[in-house]
Amino acid sequence: MSDLGLETTATLACTVNGEPVRAIVPVRQSLVDWLRHGLGLTGSHVGCEHGVCGACTILVDGRTVRGCLMLAMQVDGLAVETIEGATASGRVVALQAAFRERAALQCGFCTPGMVLTAAELLASEPRPSRARIREAISGNYCRCTGYQAIVDAVAAAGGND
Amino acid sequence: MKPAPFHYLAPATVEAAVALLAEHGDEAAVLAGGQSLMPMLALRLTAPAILVDINRIGALERQSIDAAGYSFGALVRHADAWAAVRADDPAHLLARALPHVAHQAIRHRGTICGSLALADPAAELPACAVCLDAEIELAGPAGRRRLTADAFFEGLYTTARRPDELVVGVHVPRLGPDTRFGFDEVARRHGDYAILGLAARALVVDGCIKDCRLVYFGAGARPVVATAAQAALKGAALDDGHAHGRAAAAVMGELAIDPDLRYGATYKRQLATALLKRIIGQWKAPQ
Repeated sequence: MSDLGLETTATLACTVNGEPVRAIVPVRQSLVDWLRHGLGLTGSHVGCEHGVCGACTILVDGRTVRGCLMLAMQVDGLAVETIEGATASGRVVALQAAFRERAALQCGFCTPGMVLTAAELLASEPRPSRARIREAISGNYCRCTGYQAIVDAVAAAGGND
Repeated sequence: MKPAPFHYLAPATVEAAVALLAEHGDEAAVLAGGQSLMPMLALRLTAPAILVDINRIGALERQSIDAAGYSFGALVRHADAWAAVRADDPAHLLARALPHVAHQAIRHRGTICGSLALADPAAELPACAVCLDAEIELAGPAGRRRLTADAFFEGLYTTARRPDELVVGVHVPRLGPDTRFGFDEVARRHGDYAILGLAARALVVDGCIKDCRLVYFGAGARPVVATAAQAALKGAALDDGHAHGRAAAAVMGELAIDPDLRYGATYKRQLATALLKRIIGQWKAPQ
């Protein structure tokens, strides 16, 4: 189809963690690959690359999405927030402290996605039940903790000790 | 785990998108929410030459809720449709079913119409669309047409959509105040595709089931309407245990469930009767 004469790269303008960014990206590059390789924001992790594990969870226009299931091109004109931005803003500090306190992370691979997913839950439901927490993080895999400590941490950060 | 190379086009209007589909046909794939297409690209289960990204077509973001029912444009995300339906009628079938569609991060991107266009036989929304007598609206080079959900779903990932057509919306008629809904599924983990599920509704007047619709998913190549079980319940009192037993026996007889990689046909047929019992329980509960 090269006779179409179409470009395989495109120009993109968006904000990432509040900063305006312009970039030339391959049209088939995933959002999370661009954040990691193009911008050096390696807090978003690449696990399964097909939307199952949740390690690449980021926010686009204030809502969690899978970073591997969007093309970088698709955030043209939108606002992206990664775990780096959420950390710098201080908005997940209580969750991060609870994760440390409860040993809710071991290798840490799932943690950025877990924290962003949990933060979204707590923003809409301040004191979720343990069942609700389990449901909310059901799309985020952890292969170390067995989840109990993560549920503990989210419940603690939500004031439901 | 990276997609094969493709050309990326983001038309600004439905007409432009349809023109691209008319020109490139099967070579093109439509990218809406991308929550199924992107994994398929990453796994190279599909490798379209051209990706037609419809996310820049603002007209497809519309949703409306009025006396006639619900209409969702092709870009209405699962999460937004859920919020709108819950606000209108928390007991509605879609309000019950949408939380079972994957996970919140996926529902933020995935679209109602995309789920319908994909026609995964284990997915919730095609069965809901059949249960609700929804109409799917398609735009093609010759104009627009509407198909009932029952006519739209043809088989495994196969619909009546032609390669030069775009699903532009779905219309869900409002049902009367005597309608009761039921929805449940069995999955290993919340948000997974169901092993088996049931979308149902009943018209209940004076404690009597005047009419009902039972649509299973995960039970065949497309949503499966359990017509014999429906007949067994029609006209019966809502608390008539004998009728419930006849309906369960009918389900066992009429569902030709194929075993899948993990679960045998006998187990899945037992699930079908268990789901039916739970759904009747939901019909009995105040809504």
